[in-house]
Amino acid sequence: MLALDVVPARSQMGSSLGFHIILACMGIAFPAIVAIVHYRGLRRHDSEALLLARRWSKVMAVLVAVGAVSGTVLSFDMGLLWPGLMGRYGSVIGIPFSFEGIFFLLEAVFTAIYLYGWDRLRPWAHLWTLVPVALTGILGAMSVVAANSWMNDPAGFTMAHGRITSVDPVAVFFNGATYYQVPHMILAAYMVAGGLAATPYAVGLLRGRRDRYTRLGFLVPFTVAAIATPFQIGVGDTAARAIANDQPVKFATMEYVPQTTRGATEWLGGIWANGHVVAGIPIPDLDSLLAGFSPHYKVVGWTSVPASDRPPLPTLIHLSFDVMVFIGTLMLAWGLWLALWWWRRRDLPGGRLGRLFLAGGALSGVACVVAMEAGWVVTEVGRQPWTVYRVLRTSKAVTTAAGVPGTLVATLAIYGVLTVATFAILWVMKRRWDAEGGSGDTPVPYSPQAGAVSEAGPAQGDSEPGRRVR
Amino acid sequence: MIADAVAAVIVLVVTAYAVLAGADFGGGVWDLLAGGAEVGKEARHRIDRSITPVWESNHVWLIIAIVVLWTGFPAAFADIFTTLFVPLSVAGLGIVLRGCGFAFRAQVRSLRWQAVAGGVFAVSSVLTPFFLGTVIGAVATGRVRGTPGDPVASWTNLTSLLTGALFVVVGAYLAAVYLAVDSERDGDVAMRGYFVRRAVISGVAAGVLAVVTMTALRSSAKPLFDELVTGRGLALVVISVVAGTAVLVALLFDVTRLVRPLAALAVAAVILGWAISQYPHVLPPRLTIAAAAAPSGALTTELVVVGIIAVLVAPSFALLFRLASSGRLAEAHDPPPAADLGGHPPR
Repeated sequence: MLALDVVPARSQMGSSLGFHIILACMGIAFPAIVAIVHYRGLRRHDSEALLLARRWSKVMAVLVAVGAVSGTVLSFDMGLLWPGLMGRYGSVIGIPFSFEGIFFLLEAVFTAIYLYGWDRLRPWAHLWTLVPVALTGILGAMSVVAANSWMNDPAGFTMAHGRITSVDPVAVFFNGATYYQVPHMILAAYMVAGGLAATPYAVGLLRGRRDRYTRLGFLVPFTVAAIATPFQIGVGDTAARAIANDQPVKFATMEYVPQTTRGATEWLGGIWANGHVVAGIPIPDLDSLLAGFSPHYKVVGWTSVPASDRPPLPTLIHLSFDVMVFIGTLMLAWGLWLALWWWRRRDLPGGRLGRLFLAGGALSGVACVVAMEAGWVVTEVGRQPWTVYRVLRTSKAVTTAAGVPGTLVATLAIYGVLTVATFAILWVMKRRWDAEGGSGDTPVPYSPQAGAVSEAGPAQGDSEPGRRVR
Repeated sequence: MIADAVAAVIVLVVTAYAVLAGADFGGGVWDLLAGGAEVGKEARHRIDRSITPVWESNHVWLIIAIVVLWTGFPAAFADIFTTLFVPLSVAGLGIVLRGCGFAFRAQVRSLRWQAVAGGVFAVSSVLTPFFLGTVIGAVATGRVRGTPGDPVASWTNLTSLLTGALFVVVGAYLAAVYLAVDSERDGDVAMRGYFVRRAVISGVAAGVLAVVTMTALRSSAKPLFDELVTGRGLALVVISVVAGTAVLVALLFDVTRLVRPLAALAVAAVILGWAISQYPHVLPPRLTIAAAAAPSGALTTELVVVGIIAVLVAPSFALLFRLASSGRLAEAHDPPPAADLGGHPPR
C-alpha cells in the first residue's frame, strides 16, 4: 500500500508545496485585506488605517518574494519529481497551469506597482492598483486548483497506445472536482490570511494595547476570516458529498468505513489499529446521514477495492479530516461570538470570557494554517496510490533519477531555514513598528489633505511626505 | 505548423527571461564583486534600487517558459528534467535562496545580517544562471535523448560548462549596461562611470566567451555550429556582433543613449540564432518539434494564452517599466525620508 520508492519524492513535493501554500494563501487573500484598510484610510481620512495598509504592504513585499520563488520551485518539481506524469499528461494538466501563468504575471506586475508606489502615485490610483492584484490572486488560485482537481477527477482527454491523442481544454479546466475544490481553496486562503494578519494584533490586545490602531488591525482581517467561515463549511460539506460519490475509497478512509454499509457510523477522532477504531467516539448512522441525507444511505467501504488500490495511513487521513472540520467549527463559533457582541455593543467581546476570545483570535492564524494543511493531506494522501485518479499510479509518475533523497535533504534544510528566517524577519519588522507606536509620532503615508499635494506628483519636490499625526 | 508557433513562443519567452531576469542575476554578480560593506555600499544601493521593483515580474517569464514547454512538448520536458536532474535541482534551490536573500536584506537592519542575506543573494545569483546555462548547453549539444540520459556527463561536458559561464557573464554585462543607464538617469555620475567600466569589461568577456563556446560547438554539435556560422543562424550572429560592438563603441565614447535596447538585442539575437539553427528539433539530434508536439487542443490553448499575455500583460509591463524608469517606484521608507520624496525630481 505504501510504496516506499515514492516516499522521498512525495516528501519533497509535500514539503515544498506545504511551505509554498501558506504564502500562496497570503498572495491570494492578503491584498484584498490590505485594500480594505487602505480604502477605509482614504475614504474616511483614517490615518491609522492608512498606516496599517502601509505596514502590511511591507509584509506583502516579503511574502510575495518568498512566494514567487517557492512557487517556481514547484514548477521545477513537477518535472524533477514527476516526469512520468508530465511526460504523458503534461499537455492536459498544463492547460490550467498556462492560465495561471497569465494571472501570475499580472499579479507580479501590479503587486510591484502597489508595493513601491507609496508616496509616488496619486492616492486613489495607488489603491486601484490593488484591485488587479486581488482579482488575479483569485483567478490564479482557480487555475492551480483546477489542475489539482483534474488529478482527482480527470476529464477532457483521450488516449490511445499510451499517448494523449486529443485534449479538450474546457473539459480539463472545468472537470467534475473544480466546482467544489476551487471555492474551498479560495475561502481557505481568506481564512488563513485573515487569521494570520489578525494574530499579532490579537496578541497586542491581550497585552492590554487597546488603542484604535490595534483594534482595527485585529478586527478587519479577523472579520474577513469570520465571514468566509460559514461559506467554507457549506462548500466543504458539498465537497465531502461529492468525494463520497466520485472518490468513494478516499471518503471511506476519511470516515473509517472499511465495509460497504448502510447506516454508516461517523467516527469523531480515533486511531485505526488492527482493523478497529481505537479511542474514537462513534455516532451511529450519522455518516450516512451526512453523505446521503438518509440514515440508510449506502456508503462504499475501502474493501470494495483491492488493497493495492487503497490509500496508506488511514489514521493520518481521518484525523486530518477531523482536525480540519474541528478548526472550521471553532472559527464559526468565534465569528458568531464576535458578531453577537458587535451587534449588541459595537465592541469586541468583553466580559469574563473576553480574554478567551482574544486568545482564540491570536491562535486563529496558526489554526487556519493547520486546517488548510490538514485538508491538503486528506485530498493528496487520500488519492494515493494514484497521482491521477484511476489513470496514473504514483509509482509510474515518479522520476527515475537517483538523486531525490539528496534533493529532499537539501529541500528540507533550505525550507527549514527559510521558515525560521521569514518568521524572524516579520518579528523584527513587528518589533520596529511596536517601538514606533500605532499612531502618535509615526508619520502616515499621505495625510487626508495631502491628496491634492500628491496629485501634483513627487516632481513638485517640496511636498511634505507625511503629516505627523498628534 | 501550430507546433512550430508554440515552439517559437517558448523561444521568445526564454529570450524575454534572458534579457530581463538575466540582468537581475547580473545585478547579483556585481553585488558579489562590489567589495566590502563600506566600499561596495553605493554600488549595492544602486543595484538594489534598480532591481527591487521589477525582479519578481521579470522572474515569472521562467515559469511561463516551463509551463508552455510541458504543455506543448511534454515528452521533451520530461526528458530534460530527468536527464538534467542535478543542474535543474541546484538552479531551483538557487532561485529560492536568491529571491529570499534579496527580499530579506531589504528588511534587516543590522549590518551583519544584511551581509548574510546579501551574500546568499549574490552567490546564488552566480550559481543559478550557471546551472541554467549548462541545461541549455546540454540540450543544444544533443545530450538529452530519451530517459534515462547520463545524469552527470550530460551537463559537465565542455560546451555545457562554457554555456553556463556564458550565461553568468552575459547577465553581468546586461546588468552593467542597464545600471549605467539608470545611474545616468538619476544623475549619479560616479555610479555611471563605475558601471560603464564594468559594462565594457564584461561585454568584451562575453564576446570572447561566446567565440570560445562557438568553437567548442564545432566538435560537440557540428550541425548547430554549421547553421550558426554558414546557415540560418548566421544573420542573427551578425546582428549580435554588430549590436554588441555598437554598445561597446557607444560606451567608450561615453554615450548611453540606446545602449540598453542594443545590449538586449545583442543577447536576444544569440538566443534566437541558436533556436533557428536548431530548428526543427526540440531535442537534437533526433526529436523534432512535430514528433514531440502535444495534441492540437493543447497547442491552440497555449497560443490563446500567449495572445492574452500579449494583450493584457505586455501593456502592464510597459506601465511597470515606465513607472520604474521614471523613478516613481521605490522601496517605501519607514519613516519616509524627505529627501527621497522631495529632494530629487525624477527625470
